[in-house]
Amino acid sequence: MSSHPQHQHISDCQEVLSHLNDYIDGELSPELCAELEAHLAVCHNCRVVFDTLNKTLYLVHQLRENPPELPETVEYRLFAVMNLEQFVPRKRK
Amino acid sequence: MTGIEIDLDIYPDEAALVAGLKRGDPEACACMIKQYAPRVYAIAIRMLNDPDDAEEVLQETFISACKNINKFEERSALGTWLHRIATNAALMHLRKRKHREVSLDEPIEVQDGDDIYREVQDWTLAPDDHAMNSEVRDVLEKAISELPDTLRTVFILREIEGYSTEETAQILGISVSAAKVRLHRARLRLRQLLAPHFA
Repeated sequence: MSSHPQHQHISDCQEVLSHLNDYIDGELSPELCAELEAHLAVCHNCRVVFDTLNKTLYLVHQLRENPPELPETVEYRLFAVMNLEQFVPRKRK
Repeated sequence: MTGIEIDLDIYPDEAALVAGLKRGDPEACACMIKQYAPRVYAIAIRMLNDPDDAEEVLQETFISACKNINKFEERSALGTWLHRIATNAALMHLRKRKHREVSLDEPIEVQDGDDIYREVQDWTLAPDDHAMNSEVRDVLEKAISELPDTLRTVFILREIEGYSTEETAQILGISVSAAKVRLHRARLRLRQLLAPHFA
């Protein structure tokens, strides 16, 4: 048995797909990286899946900069529940 | 920062803040809420897709945090600890929902992307045209909300909150391999959900 857990070969599109996550996360062995990249260079469908997957993650990561806002009313109620009403402006209690 | 104004300079660093919390100082509690409530709420609303449930989780999180602050051993950041409490509270809410798609304890099958090639559409360039405007953001948030609970929780922690796969697994109390499988499926599913909007 090989000591390298990823010592295997990529033979078809389904296998490419199963390795895409590790590839994107930089967790694929150099050998498998080379095989996967060789496949992507010649397989249009896999290339499209890879590219759109990358685009998906690129867009999602931008959400980090745009979190859903905490409504003021929710914040006021939280302070009230925590018995911290002394910090809430009197007119908004 | 909007809403209630709190002087965050009272506690210049996290160690001082935690010490204040352990003393039961109300100002420390107010500072903690002011600093961490927005992100806790963001996690809750993305996980639950319901403002009322998200508010309940928000309140449960900080009530639990203050009650158990003496058990916080500072081996992780305060934010991580709060996110773990919030995630667990949100998971409890999801479990209570009668019409959920799959049990949260149900193992995820390993085979991925069975129908990934059913419809391969190339929309790689499309969203670049309008970057992250509100329309794209709404499409993304809606698509994420349509992920099954098991996949969405992992995806939010890993891809939006930026936790490592190991941290995500730890927060959710699942194995790293299970987290990886769910993350993989979530990414592929989200890609499919976005295709009709951007292709």
